[in-house]
Amino acid sequence: MSIDGQPVNGHEEPAETRPVSSARSLPASALHRAVVVGGNRIPFARTGGAYTKSSNQDMLTAALDGLIARFGLQDERIGEVAAGAVLKHSRDFNLTREAVLGSALSAETPAYDLQQACATGLETVLGLANKIRLGQIESAIAGGVDSASDAPIAVSEGLREVLLDLSRAKTLPQRLQILARLRPKDLAPDAPNTGEPRTGLSMGEHQAVTTAQWKITREAQDELAYNSHRNLAAAYDAGFFDDLLTPYRGLSRDSNLRPDTTLEKLASLKPVFGRSLGAEATMTAGNSTPLTDGASTVLLASEEWADQHDLPKLATVLDGEAAAVDFVHGKDGLLMAPAFAVPRLLARNGLTLDDIDYFEIHEAFAGTVLSTLAAWEDEEFGRTRLGLDGAFGKVDRSRLNVHGSSLAAGHPFAATGGRIVASLAKLLHGKGTVNGRPALGLISVCAAGGQGVVALLEAQ
Amino acid sequence: MTDTYTRLVSKGLGRDVAKKLGLPQPAALRRYEPGQPLSNGPVLLEGSSPGADELAAELLRWDVDVRRHAVPRERLGGIVLVLDDVESPDDLEKPVLTAASSLRDLAPNGRVVTISRAADGSPPEVAAARQGVDGLLRSLAKELRAGATGNGILLADGVTATAPAALGALRFFLSGRSAYVDGQFVRISSASGELPADADKPLAGKVAVVTGAARGIGAAIARTLHRDGATVVAVDIPAAGDHLAAVANEIRGTALQLDVSRDDAGGRIIDHAVRRHGRLDIVVHNAGITRDKLLVNMDRGRWSSVLAVNISAQLRINEALLASEHFRSNPRIVSVASTTGIAGNRGQTNYAASKGGVIGMVRATAPLLAGHGGSINAVAPGFIETEMTARMPFATREVARRLNSLQQGGRPQDVAEAIAFLASDAAGGISGEVLRVCGQQLVGA
Repeated sequence: MSIDGQPVNGHEEPAETRPVSSARSLPASALHRAVVVGGNRIPFARTGGAYTKSSNQDMLTAALDGLIARFGLQDERIGEVAAGAVLKHSRDFNLTREAVLGSALSAETPAYDLQQACATGLETVLGLANKIRLGQIESAIAGGVDSASDAPIAVSEGLREVLLDLSRAKTLPQRLQILARLRPKDLAPDAPNTGEPRTGLSMGEHQAVTTAQWKITREAQDELAYNSHRNLAAAYDAGFFDDLLTPYRGLSRDSNLRPDTTLEKLASLKPVFGRSLGAEATMTAGNSTPLTDGASTVLLASEEWADQHDLPKLATVLDGEAAAVDFVHGKDGLLMAPAFAVPRLLARNGLTLDDIDYFEIHEAFAGTVLSTLAAWEDEEFGRTRLGLDGAFGKVDRSRLNVHGSSLAAGHPFAATGGRIVASLAKLLHGKGTVNGRPALGLISVCAAGGQGVVALLEAQ
Repeated sequence: MTDTYTRLVSKGLGRDVAKKLGLPQPAALRRYEPGQPLSNGPVLLEGSSPGADELAAELLRWDVDVRRHAVPRERLGGIVLVLDDVESPDDLEKPVLTAASSLRDLAPNGRVVTISRAADGSPPEVAAARQGVDGLLRSLAKELRAGATGNGILLADGVTATAPAALGALRFFLSGRSAYVDGQFVRISSASGELPADADKPLAGKVAVVTGAARGIGAAIARTLHRDGATVVAVDIPAAGDHLAAVANEIRGTALQLDVSRDDAGGRIIDHAVRRHGRLDIVVHNAGITRDKLLVNMDRGRWSSVLAVNISAQLRINEALLASEHFRSNPRIVSVASTTGIAGNRGQTNYAASKGGVIGMVRATAPLLAGHGGSINAVAPGFIETEMTARMPFATREVARRLNSLQQGGRPQDVAEAIAFLASDAAGGISGEVLRVCGQQLVGA
């Protein structure tokens, strides 16, 4: 059997009978456990709001310092810190290391930057967890940050070429000749946008196509958004975030959260994406994530390190999987890669959707979540695209994003993975065991470029 | 918080003008810094009881330059007046007047400390003598100038002048740690307690929880306990988490974002301290709020929120502490009360009710902790220069600042020093007490 035409591990045998360790290069027994100790993030702020004057480095340092304070990591030499930002200034080439140097951690803590669009945060968790599992490091901090307010603005290609040539010119006539090439349009700055370089379409327009393809209704999308706000507000009221979040710049809750929103209010919003499609436009500002600023961090460790430091162990990072789709030629929707990554991940671990106690599916758009769920419930998609006998399965909606997700919290691209991992780890730890086995949680994050990263966490 | 007036009159023309006009001239107080000598000059020990002799020997062990007889015109760091054997008001005359002749030699920021016995339960003549010391000391404290203070140690019957807590209190009063404590008595009720091995690290090895630690007095308490050697768990409401994290990182402690008025607050505090730091020795109840309004205009929200945070939360947390097996090895609780809870303040009926409640709670809880060698006390701050008092109207603030014997507001550190002392094992024999840090407020109690 194969999934998406790619054999998972060279064996042609049904997923449910495949040995769990067959895809691993090392037997599981030789690996250490990588556990989530806890996390810290700053509240997410809508762009142009509370963090307008904060740089990525400011916010990442604040998130780190909150984590350090929570777990008493002052002057600690952490094995490695990895974080990243999607919208990044060229001066931030060493963003994470600079944030570490500005934090209360030991200055001898190494750090690196990573970037995988919206999957950046989750990928830092997986990469560092793997290093811990291999015994290369004992502790790590994963994270991500993004500011759409403090976005880099580049000069136009024309101006950039002129400036570079100018710096190489030696004589005055040469310089004048180069300057003469400048045209007024070259002076317009080049701001970042969420458009896909290969299609020119924005992410929302891409999703609108997918949403229409999977016939996701406006009502279903609004209901998902409504639940996200309601669940997140309830989690705040219950104090769930008291040890997951540190206030920043006067914010102590996500500024996008609308605890009092109603289905009627959501239904009254005008569609913003997919208006040029033949089908009815269903995607509004209410069921799409807004541009957001924020940062998140997650403390990872080996069990031994956590025990030595008298720190909690919330959940084990079991496994992760990345996937990508060919959205350029329209084979799949831009944000549908997790629909392929999750079946592969679960198959490798001998699990089905029914084994998962909590689903954390990043709400880039309500339509993204619902399209993914629809694909998994679709017989034909299961057979033709996943190589299964029928539909992949059904997600129990009562286990989905139970404390809200990006539609309510907002989505500072690289910071979303850390937000989800820390919240899910706490949730799993609270749940403990289900039918005598540790509770399981699944994370799915879609990303620009047709990518997706998914991960499996188990309660400690 | 800058006190512009104090700066103006402390030197040059400002000083001369203030002196001519008889305006208040607050002195720069000698505040404790690690390594500072206990006293800023020789200490004259006046008194002829056996307790006085033993104390003199003890002071010598602390490397204090002790005088049993005054050397004329020698600048004195302190005068210790041992009156623990007075049995009649007539017995006061000789030692008091002898000490009086040395008052002119007391250095700026000098100290007068009386050591006497509590009057209650003694025969009339003895009680009169003992209570006489109270009036004497409080009046003397008002006469002292240039940052000098006067405070008293009251020994319960059966407690000697060299009991650990008596020595601990003497050290506290002589040192810069008591800079803003003036005209106060502290009662030594038992011989419990132990002096620290290292006087600069009296809290070494202890784990302390400080509520309301994100800013102001709470942050100062956290810093001071850390300076004295404790590992500190800094607690504050989640909304103050950013300031809390900064404090925790500065003092190498941990931050616990927690609303102390939650039902499970006590359990979570114990759990955090024990799991992260292996033990819990000290809890400082500092978290408090004000919602001022004349009683005639008081609404339920203002009343109940102040009572909930300032006293009910402390009661609930103490219940959890008393029930916990992790809080049984010389445990110490120190609560922040307020002089408002003693003397009252217009517009603060709710606050005063809560702070009066703290005092009642402390007195009633003391016997419950005694079995484990524990103690509970309160510190009642007067006018302290904080962000809160900086928002007072100018005239009100200026008056409040000057109406005490030291003619200035205290600093958060001054409150923190008193708390750190009461949280130390050296204060083990002090329990159920309220120590005011108010520069001897002149109005009210």
